[in-house]
Formats: sequence, structure tokens, C-alpha cells
Amino acid sequence: MVYLTRKVEFSASHLYHNPAFSPEENRRIFGKCNNPHGHGHNYILEVTVAGEPDPRTGMVLDLKELKDILQREVLDRMDHRFLNYEVPELAGKIPTTETIAMTIWQLLEPRINNLGHRGQGRLHRVRLYETPDLFVDCTGKGA
Amino acid sequence: MKVVLHRRYRFSASHRLHQPGWTPEENLRVYGKCANEYGHGHNYVLDVAVTGPVDPATGMVTNLADLDAFIERQVLAEFDHVYLNEQVPAFRSLVPTAENICRVLFDRLRAYPHARLQAIGLEETGSNSFEYAGESRENT
Repeated sequence: MVYLTRKVEFSASHLYHNPAFSPEENRRIFGKCNNPHGHGHNYILEVTVAGEPDPRTGMVLDLKELKDILQREVLDRMDHRFLNYEVPELAGKIPTTETIAMTIWQLLEPRINNLGHRGQGRLHRVRLYETPDLFVDCTGKGA
Repeated sequence: MKVVLHRRYRFSASHRLHQPGWTPEENLRVYGKCANEYGHGHNYVLDVAVTGPVDPATGMVTNLADLDAFIERQVLAEFDHVYLNEQVPAFRSLVPTAENICRVLFDRLRAYPHARLQAIGLEETGSNSFEYAGESRENT
């Protein structure tokens, strides 16, 4: 098995607020992330695909395909957006690093795992950095 | 889907690698310049990885304010800017290699009440890093 990782960056703003909580609870639980005007990060996304290289091409999957999938599913949706208001998949959710990483996993898995003759890889891990000191890994159930 | 949150912390500390039961020559042969009797220091980077269900009300595995406060209490308050051999009781009888520091820290951090400790990582320098996930299979 070979693990292939591609990295992309996007910049986005967000805020943490749960309307079911009182204003005081929101401030206590979410701290400065509760600022109603939002704030932003430079996110770094690392997507790892696991698979056996195709003996004819030597590739786990066509990197151009992976690049296009990341562009379409992640960058077009999230880059330079306010995540709470402009990304339908995050509507009504708290866009923490955990939530964004899980959403990205759900967007990517059906695309990467169903490339047919263009790649036999399986999505193995989504790693999302919010800052250099905070990141989240999502893996499949068996990992 | 499994979600693991990683948070990195920093502390600077000095140590000396030395076994009191060995001769100076043996210590020098095994530990090289790390056996220097006055010690030396590093900027350590600690990666704490915790896992658990994501609470739909908060979107979090754990609140970072809770994790930060716990690490401050359990690690940074005692490990930052100290001489590990003399000032951390665990290392009075245990050589403070990065491997042993990992084990001591993992045992302290597994008591975190708000999520399950998955593993820790420790960078001693930009070239040396270590990972430890405990001895049982529960964390694999």
C-alpha cells in the first residue's frame, strides 16, 4: 500500500455561536471565537489517499484528478468565504476545525473512492490545520 | 469517521543524560556530550492528540480552553524553564531522555477528563522527534 498526500491552502472566516445557548454561555464556551463579526484563518489541508499503484501508470491515482477534486469540492466552496454563511454544508453547524475536517471528508470520500479507471485509491486521512499548533485528523472508521 | 485533535505546546528545559551506576567513561560512551555534568537544554514541542465524539452543540472533541488549562497545570507549570533531572521528581531516578519524557507525560495526560488521549509527540530538536501512545492496544 502506498500513501499519497496532496496539500492545499485556503483562507476563510468563521465564528462560533450556538443559538440554543444564552449570550453568556456562548461567550463562556466559545471565548473570543464568539465575536459576532467573525475572524479568519489560513487553513492548510492535507489529503492522503491510500492505494496500490496501477502497474501500467505507476500511479495510485491521477494527481490531476485529485487536484481538480480539491479545487471543486473544497477551494471553490471555502476559499475566501465566511464559512457560517456561505458554505451550505456548514449551515447551522459550529464550524470548528473538527466540523470542517469532517465536512471535507464527506465531500471528498465519494469523489476519490469512485474514480474508476482513473484511480483505485481510497481516501485515507483528511488533516486540517487551523494554525500551525492546532490541527485535526479525520480517518475512516477502521483506522 | 474518527476525529483526532492535535494541539502543540512548547517548553524549554535542561537535562543531563547520566546513569549514576555507571562509570564516567561508560556514561560518556553511551550518552556522548549529553552526559556533560552541567547539563544542556532544548526547546521542546509537545503534540497532544485527543479523540472522542464531536459534540454537535459545540462542534468540538474538547474545548481548547479546558485542554490548554490542563496542559498548563500538568506539564508546562512544572516542565518549562527547569532542570528536569533535579526539579521534576520523576527524573530523580529516571534518565530524562525524550523517550522517558514521553512516557512520563503520557501517564500524566491520560487522566484528561474531557476526551481520550490518543498519543503524544515530542520534538526535542528540529531533527529528533518521538511519538508514544501508551503500552496497551487501546490506542492503536
